[in-house]
Amino acid sequence: MEIKSRDFKKNASDALADATLQKALKNVEAGFIGKRQASVDALPEFEDLRDLGRDIKTHALKHLDVYLEDYEKKVTASGGHVHWAETAQDACEIVRDICHSVGARTMTKGKSMISEEMQLNAFLEADGMEVTETDLGEYIIQLRGEHPSHIIAPAVHVTKDQVEADFRRAHTNLDPNRNLDDPVTLLGEAREVLREKYFAADVGITGANFLVAESGSSVIVTNEGNGDLTQTLSRVHIVLASIEKVIPTLNDLDVFLRLLARSATGQEQSVYTTLSTGPRRTEDPDGPEEYHVVLLDNGRSEMLGTDFEEMLRCIRCGACINHCPVYHAVGGHAYGWVYPGPMGSVLTPSLVGVDKAGHLPNASTLCGRCESVCPMRIPLPKMLRHWREREYERHLNPTPQRWGLKGWAYFARRPKLYHRTMRIGMRVMKYLAPQTALMRRLPAAGGWTKHREFPAPEGKTFQQMWAEREAERGQTKGDAA
Amino acid sequence: MSERHDNSAAKSAILGKIRRSLASVSEGADPNRNEARQEVQERLASRPKGIVPKRAQVGHYEKVAMFMDYAERVSSTTARIGSYDDLPGAITQYLREHNLPQAIVMGEDPRLKAVNWRTEPQLERTIGPSDGTDLVGVNHAMGGVAETGTAVLASGPDNPTTINFLPENHIIVLDANDIAGDYESIHDQLRDMSGVAHMPRALNMITGPSRSGDIEQKIMLGAHGPRAVHVIVIG
Amino acid sequence: MNQIEMNFSAPSTPEQKRDGSRGTDVSGKTVGLFVTCLVDLFRPTVGFAAVKLLEDAGFTLEVPKDQTCCGQPAYNSGDKDDARALAKQVIKAFEGYDYVVAPSGSCAGMIRKHYPSLLADEPQWADRAASVAGKTYELVSFLVDVAGIEGVSSHFTGSVTYHDSCSGLRELGIKDQPRKLLASVPGVDLKEMVDNDVCCGFGGTFSVKYPDISNAIVGKKTDNITKAGAGTLLAGDMGCLMNMAGKLKRDGSAIQVRHIAEVLADMADGPAIGEKSGR
Repeated sequence: MEIKSRDFKKNASDALADATLQKALKNVEAGFIGKRQASVDALPEFEDLRDLGRDIKTHALKHLDVYLEDYEKKVTASGGHVHWAETAQDACEIVRDICHSVGARTMTKGKSMISEEMQLNAFLEADGMEVTETDLGEYIIQLRGEHPSHIIAPAVHVTKDQVEADFRRAHTNLDPNRNLDDPVTLLGEAREVLREKYFAADVGITGANFLVAESGSSVIVTNEGNGDLTQTLSRVHIVLASIEKVIPTLNDLDVFLRLLARSATGQEQSVYTTLSTGPRRTEDPDGPEEYHVVLLDNGRSEMLGTDFEEMLRCIRCGACINHCPVYHAVGGHAYGWVYPGPMGSVLTPSLVGVDKAGHLPNASTLCGRCESVCPMRIPLPKMLRHWREREYERHLNPTPQRWGLKGWAYFARRPKLYHRTMRIGMRVMKYLAPQTALMRRLPAAGGWTKHREFPAPEGKTFQQMWAEREAERGQTKGDAA
Repeated sequence: MSERHDNSAAKSAILGKIRRSLASVSEGADPNRNEARQEVQERLASRPKGIVPKRAQVGHYEKVAMFMDYAERVSSTTARIGSYDDLPGAITQYLREHNLPQAIVMGEDPRLKAVNWRTEPQLERTIGPSDGTDLVGVNHAMGGVAETGTAVLASGPDNPTTINFLPENHIIVLDANDIAGDYESIHDQLRDMSGVAHMPRALNMITGPSRSGDIEQKIMLGAHGPRAVHVIVIG
Repeated sequence: MNQIEMNFSAPSTPEQKRDGSRGTDVSGKTVGLFVTCLVDLFRPTVGFAAVKLLEDAGFTLEVPKDQTCCGQPAYNSGDKDDARALAKQVIKAFEGYDYVVAPSGSCAGMIRKHYPSLLADEPQWADRAASVAGKTYELVSFLVDVAGIEGVSSHFTGSVTYHDSCSGLRELGIKDQPRKLLASVPGVDLKEMVDNDVCCGFGGTFSVKYPDISNAIVGKKTDNITKAGAGTLLAGDMGCLMNMAGKLKRDGSAIQVRHIAEVLADMADGPAIGEKSGR
């Protein structure tokens, strides 16, 4: 999808002014945070599991080449095919070629964030394929011609009333006077519409939460069951996975299963955890005839060995997004690309270049709430700061900002000059606000005074007063002596 | 099969990039990745178990009770019966209580096959995968996990995957002796004596009926899969 | 309206303060006070409150003149050179003390958590950075965790609500310590706000680079503050306090805003942050 991260500031202002969006965003705070905490509190081993999950992923990344090779061998042995894609474009072409090879015209899709990264739907539709998203949230935004605004709740920016309007517009063969007041009827309607699609689909695409090297299995963790219907009822199952999804063993998978759902939705376990290994066996009565895995790199291999390697531990639970005050304020679309919130602000510059996504690492208060809930203990604030360093080194941040910072640092690095200057500065600042003690219009800080008063200084600086006190004490001491 | 994609070239390129990136920070030189390979083989062979929650490390009776408790917490219903002889009656009772027709689709699991279904002659049974028209599907689980009330079903002729997802009502039959405390124990069952994992095409770990929170983050049951899951524990 | 009682009682001795405490023997220990730039420039009262609390606890106190800023604004803006230079300046000024204490979780967190990594690649500085980092504390947690203080001698009448500033909370684990000391002040009625651990939207330069987002976040915060129904808002960091005070004042709120040290040191009798100065 087109990268609109450069327009972050404008996107954010639009989002703040969008009353419907603001109403929808309230559901993020209400829907995830308390539930996560309750499920975490119910499992005393949770913090230790976080450490272990981090260590397993770190080990897997340090041996990524070997695990990928082992994984491929297992997939091949179970009758599946592994396709290697260096770029998003390559991955799209691989999927298209598989579709061509089986004469496919229709496709159902489970949730896959890398398919967004690949812009797969647009690519395949241009090739004449009919692509249907089957996750309810993804289906809603497909009808709306939008992209996900959240990695696990793609339609979190949409209200129930909007969904109702979208369904009335799209499902023209249904009674226009039907009652859709209850969200459950909307769910039922989507269920009926999509049922037909599963049966009609030639190819079913799913993502993968994990790839298990021990068994050659791809794993999806879902609640709706659409991913399972997608892969079971299609003739061909294609799994889209980025290379960092591989983990060593089934026992390791169990560690992640105990972390993922709790961190994501606050469930102790998601409804469906499905391990898929190869195509339908000769004696199987159902399941796909072909099983393909597309392994996408798209810049990840180059994150290894850098300050951003730890980002590859991410298991896409969305906890950082759910807990981010900036995300709560502006929603996911403002970030301008596939991945929003803290994880997106680290990952997007890695994948598309910091020159195109410079706002994202800066649009954070570095409050650290993301890191405090990340099941993989990814130091997100640290990595946002690393991006800021890259931008500073490459002179990518605005000139006034650099000058301001440099000017301030010039004084701060010269304590004597600093204290003399500030003594005068604070006196002036206090004088500027003689009546209200508040500085309505502080020069060069319009950003602050647009929404807030600027609390005036007390007058003297502490250093000044301390020096006076010490002098007085010295005096007293002298008198006593 | 690909029209223009050179898979082995792409593979070499990706693995090459990974190795270069890793080498840029690794201390000892390991250009052929021999050490890495050995470490991986050791890890795959030893398969260390992670942290198994204490709550799952209990005796058999507690495990069965915990399984049923957690299953109900996620909106499954449960029933416990003494033996397979009671299964037809338990199924017909469930169907009656939920105003469902006395008709089920089921696989050829030998444990289900061995049941004397003639005790409930009105129950109409279709053997084979579901085509989406069935209201009720019955499958036999390979195991249950007490720590989250999760039923584990392995695909195959015994238990077609479609039965797990297409019928609106899913009845899962589970032998109490197959209820483990944790996921690890289930995965152990998939491995043979030499430790090699033999996977069914699909291993479905099911924790409650299908649901979605995609409209205003309010959870609704019955998304694309079953609206109701009923687990009958035997023994 | 809060009735501020003047404390005319003689300062209690450290021994009385640490009655039955598990704290270390601090006799002869010297604390270097890292004033922080915001306290130095905008709110010297907080500095003197810190001085009083530390001296009451039995420490000898010094305020090095060669201190300005911990370097966090540069560090968080990607300007590592200036951040390193300022870190070295702080290390030089403070490495001779037994402890370094700052009335700010943010600045203490900068020194304690970030100086070591910032200077890790400079062999002649790495150990010095680690040494200063290891003895640097935020004021309130220092009083409770290091000095072992169970309570303070102060008076305050009125309800307060406490905002947990992010760095203190998540980098230094400061949560119970301020509440413990507040509970020891007669007359303090703590009314917790919803989401007291959620960011106020300050974020240093974030507040001026992204004013609209910052405003949305602080708006939620001041709503929660108002709903808590307390007369006074307390926190341990001047940046957050100025942000929240500025928003409350813009909205015409009568809620007083103070640094927690002012209440703990019995120095909450002057104008609150953003209030008309009487001096």
